[in-house]
Amino acid sequence: MTTPYDHLRRRSAPPPLAPPLGDQIRVQRVQRGDLIGQCNIVQDQAETITKADVDTVKVDPWTHCLERIRDERCAESFAALFGHFAPRAKAFLMRGGSSEALAEEAAQEALATVWQKAAKFDGSRASASTWIFTILRNKQIDAIRKARRPEPEDLPWGMEPQADAADSLAMSQEETVLREAVRTLPDAQRDIIERAYFGDLTHAQIAVVTGLPLGTIKSRIRLGLDRLRHEMTKHTT
Amino acid sequence: MTVKHHITPSVLAAYAAGTLPEPFALVVASHVSLCDACRADVAGYEAVGGAVLETVFDRIEDGGDAITMSPDALAQVMAKLDDMVLDTDPAPRASDPVFPAPLLDYVGGGVDAVKWKRIGGGVKQAVLQNSAEGSVRLLYIPAGMAVPDHTHGGLELTMVLQGAFSDETGRFLRGDVETGDEDLEHTPIAEAGMPCICLAATDAPLKFTSLIPRLIQPFIGI
Ligand SMILES: [Zn+2]
Repeated sequence: MTTPYDHLRRRSAPPPLAPPLGDQIRVQRVQRGDLIGQCNIVQDQAETITKADVDTVKVDPWTHCLERIRDERCAESFAALFGHFAPRAKAFLMRGGSSEALAEEAAQEALATVWQKAAKFDGSRASASTWIFTILRNKQIDAIRKARRPEPEDLPWGMEPQADAADSLAMSQEETVLREAVRTLPDAQRDIIERAYFGDLTHAQIAVVTGLPLGTIKSRIRLGLDRLRHEMTKHTT
Repeated sequence: MTVKHHITPSVLAAYAAGTLPEPFALVVASHVSLCDACRADVAGYEAVGGAVLETVFDRIEDGGDAITMSPDALAQVMAKLDDMVLDTDPAPRASDPVFPAPLLDYVGGGVDAVKWKRIGGGVKQAVLQNSAEGSVRLLYIPAGMAVPDHTHGGLELTMVLQGAFSDETGRFLRGDVETGDEDLEHTPIAEAGMPCICLAATDAPLKFTSLIPRLIQPFIGI
């Protein structure tokens, strides 16, 4: 299938496969030695799968990483994920107007929540960065804006034992395309989008930004929902 | 799913971004519970949030090098992980034929648990939240009865939970949301059959334009 955004796919460099591990992580390796043995096995398997695929499809390494956290409670993967997302979460909150101290604390809490809620992560519905964004957003509403966030009824997503790996791959691919589209927007447009997410714009000021390939993501999600509704009626009749 | 009247993209985007005031967010969460089209749209706008988070360093002067976590942040968080109660398979939220789950949370039960207050003509309301950001309330309108004629000072979202109403702009059934603003002056009438129950959020006090509701307004608190 070709889309108008194929040129973006080709242009974007594949993200690094294995998240680099820093000094802090080696310290953790000693402290949490009991978990590391399991973790290496999982990583080896993951690498044999992804190395073959990574040039043809843009696998999001962070989605893989989060799946390892979900399935294996892998501490090493958590440390890598933390190294990537915690500073971004902090920068995100600071651009939204939080003090550095508050942003540091909320970013730490958000990443701890990632560990706590990992069982709910489904790579066919959202990439790691999108899922972590929703956790960070809720943390910001709760801890910084001191408001409640009404959440929609959840769907019994886990009816099939595990979402199809191909769906997960396709979703992370779509989100890679979206990210590159955000990156290549004219500055003024990109500014407006970012300000909407950093909380600088009210709902009345948010104009829906055109020029982002959201249609494919929405229809992919819609497809999954339709399939789920179909499953649900099959189970109740 | 028979939902025909959806929530506007900018309101869905503000909900996904986390900046929509709570009264409106309750209407969005209730509608999304019944509408897969808007659920998918919200997920799309959340993906934009994911992209903004992922690329946040691009736009900071020095590439984000100045923003780092404190040196012991990872160690502190990892030290807490073992003691965390994992959120694995939570008990399913209660379900109700009239109130979607997010609304059940605010009411603390189904229709029977609502503390209605009469506002005249058989019309009843229950204010769920009222603050500087806006208000959200439940409305109970007997079949065939008109909701007092009013215009709006700001944004108003009205979602049908039971029964149906019609006004100058169309017909609204369970799950449908009517979006009102300064330009909308309308007279919604509950259809014959069962009483109409709606969830209505607004960021400005309602301005009643007929005499009796105008007298009532000071007593109803919004
Ligand atoms: Zn809808």
